[in-house]
Amino acid sequence: MSATPVHPHQRQEDDCSRVLTHLNDYIDHQLSPELCEELEAHLAQCDNCRVVFDTLNKTLYLVHQLRETPSELPETVAYRLFAVMNLQQFYPKKKR
Amino acid sequence: MTGIEIDLDIYPDEAALLAGLKRGDPEACACMIKQYAPRVYAIAIRMVNDRDEAEEVLQETFISACKNINKFEGRSALGTWLHRIATNAALMHLRKRKNREVSLDAPVEMHGGDDVYREVQDWAFSPDDHAMNSETRDMLEKAISELPETLRTVFILREIEGYSTEETANILGISVSAAKVRLHRARLRLRQSLSPYFTQPA
Repeated sequence: MSATPVHPHQRQEDDCSRVLTHLNDYIDHQLSPELCEELEAHLAQCDNCRVVFDTLNKTLYLVHQLRETPSELPETVAYRLFAVMNLQQFYPKKKR
Repeated sequence: MTGIEIDLDIYPDEAALLAGLKRGDPEACACMIKQYAPRVYAIAIRMVNDRDEAEEVLQETFISACKNINKFEGRSALGTWLHRIATNAALMHLRKRKNREVSLDAPVEMHGGDDVYREVQDWAFSPDDHAMNSETRDMLEKAISELPETLRTVFILREIEGYSTEETANILGISVSAAKVRLHRARLRLRQSLSPYFTQPA
């Protein structure tokens, strides 16, 4: 019995699927050198996968920006927290 | 956080603040809250996705911290310790309501379901010239809040709180491989959600 021929498009999709499975390990520097090489070779010739990789990196860049962004506590939430901790004297402004 | 009138200079550094907390100084507790409550609240909102429950998590965190301050050995920073208490409190809330949602321990399929790779248009966005404005921040927070709980918790702990994959798995009581799978899917889903926002119209 002869092997079933694989259509070039199917092979490309298989390559993409395989590469994308490893993308997160690649981003986290947890991929073996051999797989890194294979993935980089694929990214160099596959526009779609390269876009996924680039936009995934941009996504993580934005998320990591959230770490640096100052957080805010609504005044009413702060006031209730001070009240529940019996620290109202440190929160002199009248709040609901 | 505005409107709270406490002079943080009473305690020049964390060691002095910690000493005040261990003495039971109410000023120290107020300073700790002023300094750390905004970030604790932010973690709580992201984790539980509900403002009322997040406020409960916030209160539980500082009540627990003050009660257990003598157990804090200073091996990590005070902020790290508070974040861990807040994370555990938030997870308790999520577990309590797991009847209404998917279990935290439910398996997540690696393949199948949605196609997280389908958006392949590049973004009109460059990290070099992008400053985080409130519109981007709101859009990002919304996209994170819309991740399914199993993916959201892993994603927040790993990408925002900065825990390692191993620590994230440990906090959630799941295997490292399950944490990796969830992180993988969460990142791709978030990318998918943000794509329409950053893709230039043709």
